[in-house]
Amino acid sequence: MSLNTEKIRKDFPILKREINGNALVYFDNASTSQKPQSVIDSISSFYTNSNANVHRGTSTLSEEASELYEGAHRKVADFIGADSIAEIAFTNNTTESLNLIAYSWGLNNLRKNDEVVITRMEHHSNLIPWQQICNKTEAQLKFIELNEDYTLNLEKAEEIMSSKTKLVSAVHVSNSLGTINDVKTLGKIAHDNNALMVVDGAQSAPHMEIDVKDIDCDFFAFSGHKMLGPTGIGALYGKEELMKELEPFNFGGGMISEVDYDSAKWNVSPWKFEAGTPNIAQGIGFGEAVDYLSNVGMNKIYKHEKELTKYALEVLENFEDLRMYIPPLEKLAGIISFTMEGIHPHDISALVDEEGVAIRGGHHCTQPLMKLLGIDATARASFYLYNTKEEIDIFVEALKKARDLFK
Amino acid sequence: MNTDTIYRENIMEHYKNPRNYGRLENADITFTGENPLCGDKLVYTLKIDNKILTDIMFEGKGCAISLAASSMLTEKIKNLAVEEIKALERSDILDMLKISIGPVRTKCAILGLVTVKCALDSSEAEGSIEVKE
Repeated sequence: MSLNTEKIRKDFPILKREINGNALVYFDNASTSQKPQSVIDSISSFYTNSNANVHRGTSTLSEEASELYEGAHRKVADFIGADSIAEIAFTNNTTESLNLIAYSWGLNNLRKNDEVVITRMEHHSNLIPWQQICNKTEAQLKFIELNEDYTLNLEKAEEIMSSKTKLVSAVHVSNSLGTINDVKTLGKIAHDNNALMVVDGAQSAPHMEIDVKDIDCDFFAFSGHKMLGPTGIGALYGKEELMKELEPFNFGGGMISEVDYDSAKWNVSPWKFEAGTPNIAQGIGFGEAVDYLSNVGMNKIYKHEKELTKYALEVLENFEDLRMYIPPLEKLAGIISFTMEGIHPHDISALVDEEGVAIRGGHHCTQPLMKLLGIDATARASFYLYNTKEEIDIFVEALKKARDLFK
Repeated sequence: MNTDTIYRENIMEHYKNPRNYGRLENADITFTGENPLCGDKLVYTLKIDNKILTDIMFEGKGCAISLAASSMLTEKIKNLAVEEIKALERSDILDMLKISIGPVRTKCAILGLVTVKCALDSSEAEGSIEVKE
């Protein structure tokens, strides 16, 4: 492996922790990632040295804070290949980014009998906003079906789209199945039908190189906390011309240029989307996080996780009474969803936790997908740049103990 | 092995050999308890005679904690007065399990008690409850 995990691990203070007397093995990265010292320090440093509100006063501190906060927008824009900060609005998280599109674009543009197309594997955050906006506008919600191997059926996707299709929104990497979807091809199909293409990048932006211009999506939503950044900060990329036209849905301070008692004009993008005092320290921490990731190299991180995943599959494929819900390796991100015969996923995760291994057991905010698969929940191990093969060995040993206990 | 902490022998024993497992014929009340977050779904059938729970059985799917807690609960409350059962609290269940568990798993542990108490309060012969809190 080309990543120096030994060196990387030293940057993450939490990895020194012990859980139930064992070294922490953190395999719940699809839920949230751990934070390097540089990100933790950037937040502390902001409050210690530069704290003030942004885009308000003309004080030295306020200018400093504004510069740091805008600088973070630039870093995040560069990280995913956006042209300018007009294309990057900071939000609380992916969920808010997707709600922003649903409210700002959906509510203003969808009409009766229009169609919105999403997939069967969406996280609740890319399902419920469209479900609710479609209910309000009387637009129809349609679904791209899954293939047997847990990939998307793109041929059928083409069939269900037509001139009625106004927007397509798809998850880039499924948080439940680990499937890497071909959102570039899906975007082409959407654009051939004059529909907008939205990508939920919550699970992709942290783990692979993203070039929004190459994907050619219209919107791309992602969260800071899953990519080494703080909680409470996320981003919405939108093509500049779209961001210029888009109406904000959150109103208040900071997002205006001129206000009268009966009317208001909006500030430019991205500021018109960031009403109220934003999450300044978190935004700065987000910028620090993408710096860290860029310094390591996204392609290296992707390859490292692929190696780990391949290694884990080799062991788990022969594991008695274990079933995985994953696509073929070439389309699989660093996420392994599985069930074990006779053991509830919550018991699996509680048992491996007693060995220090943190995984997730549950429906992963994809209840309809779980129903479609005919299960209630899965256990899920998800990897990141600081994980190692040795940790996978510990995890597998913990699984064996769990299985033996339930026999 | 420190799996003793949550998965003590007696919990696993109850999980593998649940007491009063099944469905009563001619039950007075049939009540389903569900935890949609976990997918746990347990059906309790009760017989009541002269304000006493004379028999109870349960069946369904759940994790080790919810099934073991239900098994222990049925043992504990069979032949108790309805009023006595209604007075039971979540702490009684946790005492019975003899383990300390976090808030998420507490919901699993109390699924049985919540459902049985709802069944006893119900004026209908059949019903269901979702445990969310």
